[in-house]
Amino acid sequence: MSIHQLSIFIENRSGTLIKVLDVLKEANIQIIASTIADTAEYGIYRLICSEPMRACEELMKAGVAVAPSEVFAIEIDDQPGRAAEAVKTFSEAGISIAYMYSFLLHGKGILIFRTDNTELARKIIVDSGLRVLCDEDLSKIN
Amino acid sequence: MIRRYSFGNKLKEFGDFVLLLCRIYLFTTQNHTKNYMIWNPNKECMSRDEMSALQGKRLHKIVEYVYHNVPFYRNKLQELDIRPDDIQTIEDINKLPFTTKKDLRDNYPFGLQAAPQSQIIRIHASSGTTGNPTIVGYTRKDVGVWSECMARCLTAYGVTRDDIFSVAYGYGLFTGGLGAHYGVEHIGASVIPAGTGNTEKHLKLIRDLGITGLACTPSYALYLAETMDKLGIKKEDIRLRVGAFGAEPWTENMRKEIEERLGLKGYNIYGLSEVMGPSVSYECQMQHGSHICEDHFYPEIINPVTLEKLPAGQTGELVFTTLTKEGMPVLRYRTRDLCSLLPGTCDCGRTSVRMGRIEGRSDDMLIIRGINVFPSQVESVVLSMPEFAPRYMLVVDRVNNLDTLQVQVEIRQEYFTGVFDTPAAVDKLEKKLAAKLKSVLSIAAKVQLKAPNTIERSQGKSAHVIDKRKL
Repeated sequence: MSIHQLSIFIENRSGTLIKVLDVLKEANIQIIASTIADTAEYGIYRLICSEPMRACEELMKAGVAVAPSEVFAIEIDDQPGRAAEAVKTFSEAGISIAYMYSFLLHGKGILIFRTDNTELARKIIVDSGLRVLCDEDLSKIN
Repeated sequence: MIRRYSFGNKLKEFGDFVLLLCRIYLFTTQNHTKNYMIWNPNKECMSRDEMSALQGKRLHKIVEYVYHNVPFYRNKLQELDIRPDDIQTIEDINKLPFTTKKDLRDNYPFGLQAAPQSQIIRIHASSGTTGNPTIVGYTRKDVGVWSECMARCLTAYGVTRDDIFSVAYGYGLFTGGLGAHYGVEHIGASVIPAGTGNTEKHLKLIRDLGITGLACTPSYALYLAETMDKLGIKKEDIRLRVGAFGAEPWTENMRKEIEERLGLKGYNIYGLSEVMGPSVSYECQMQHGSHICEDHFYPEIINPVTLEKLPAGQTGELVFTTLTKEGMPVLRYRTRDLCSLLPGTCDCGRTSVRMGRIEGRSDDMLIIRGINVFPSQVESVVLSMPEFAPRYMLVVDRVNNLDTLQVQVEIRQEYFTGVFDTPAAVDKLEKKLAAKLKSVLSIAAKVQLKAPNTIERSQGKSAHVIDKRKL
């Protein structure tokens, strides 16, 4: 019903991101989507990848501050207005979105988001019949 | 002919007049010591023999006093098989044991207090190396001696009862504010208890009230100058003429800059709460070393490693014995400040020994915005929070003449969980540490979170500190 996103603490200076990417490369893990939420001194690098739990283990072994967290990945048609419809479903139910980002996968739009009310979001997704991805969908990519 | 004679006579008169002017000039320059005000010439200009005799007498008395009133000192003296009667002259001080900051910490809070609590009228506190601050109690007599020393200091700067004097040291547990305050009142000048902060209002008062004297840290003086520029206040608009600057190390260049920008003469003031507070020593108008109130505080310079006494002129660790203190007397207290002593009568007329500029520390204490900070204090806070690895770095800098402290800590891998997927969550953790640091250090520190294993493993004490200030 949800997928694992990795949150990684990286300092805002050169060389810190490449260290993380090198670990993933060595472990043969494919990055599907990523985004950085940053402040002046550090950033939280959010990552969707092919095998999140294995990636997490490898990064921890390398001494990186990393943690998995569950996020929703909603699949929508790659057409104008679809994202608005999806988000509207949640806002009407009174669910606020902590953060969101999106990418294209096999011709479909994927909306990644996290909310403070996971249980209610889960119920809305089931009720509204929205299609969501799970970790297995990501591992099939390879 | 008559005219020529008359002219010659005038010439002679003029010559006599010039001669008279020369004589006045020579008289005033040769006897210029008479022009410098001295608050207590009996003590400040005492002959060396009289001073030594007085110090010896007072040392005997203070040793006897602590022997009977402070178990810590009695035990120490008994261990060394010393009786108060063994101490008769000031040279006998060499027999006495040293007191360290650690002794003060081990006897927290009142273990070294000699006077009964009913006699204590004031308690100040300064930074301890870890956890507990250093507590110093003062009797009414102590506060009187302190005011006397502060009066000597202000008078040496040329301050009189006609001055309006603003004290911009921190009021509170720190000794700077109240210490200077009582001295200004003692000489009868008008004191403005400005305290720190609210710089713009302070500047308005400096201008509108015609404030003539200022006591603050030298870096705050420069900050005032900067704020003046920002507000468009010129040095011609203000009447400051004397500055009492201390509580942190400063340089001759800083002095020149402060004097130039504020239009005053800046004097050094030195003190530490373990011994008394500001005015343990002070510069005179010669600005050549700070005169020590040595009838109250006996100075020695030692080699900080071998603890051997060093001859005058050599740089070493400054040690003070309080000769008259009742609340918390200290015997041979190791200040950890490195400097040298300059004996000899000063051009100002004072015979009291002077100390040179503080050249450094024999421990890792930092002075940031006038507040003493020990890296071990930061360590104790970091160790108390499991979210961080037991590694840290203090980065001290001076930006726009104000000291800044940044504390770098590593986030611990095990504690980095899914909740940290937004910067807001990480900020919260930073703020938690910053608040704890503020309560322990008494100054604000900016926290910088680092990734695991990015702070270099320390090799000894100083590896915990990067001091970028060029002092």
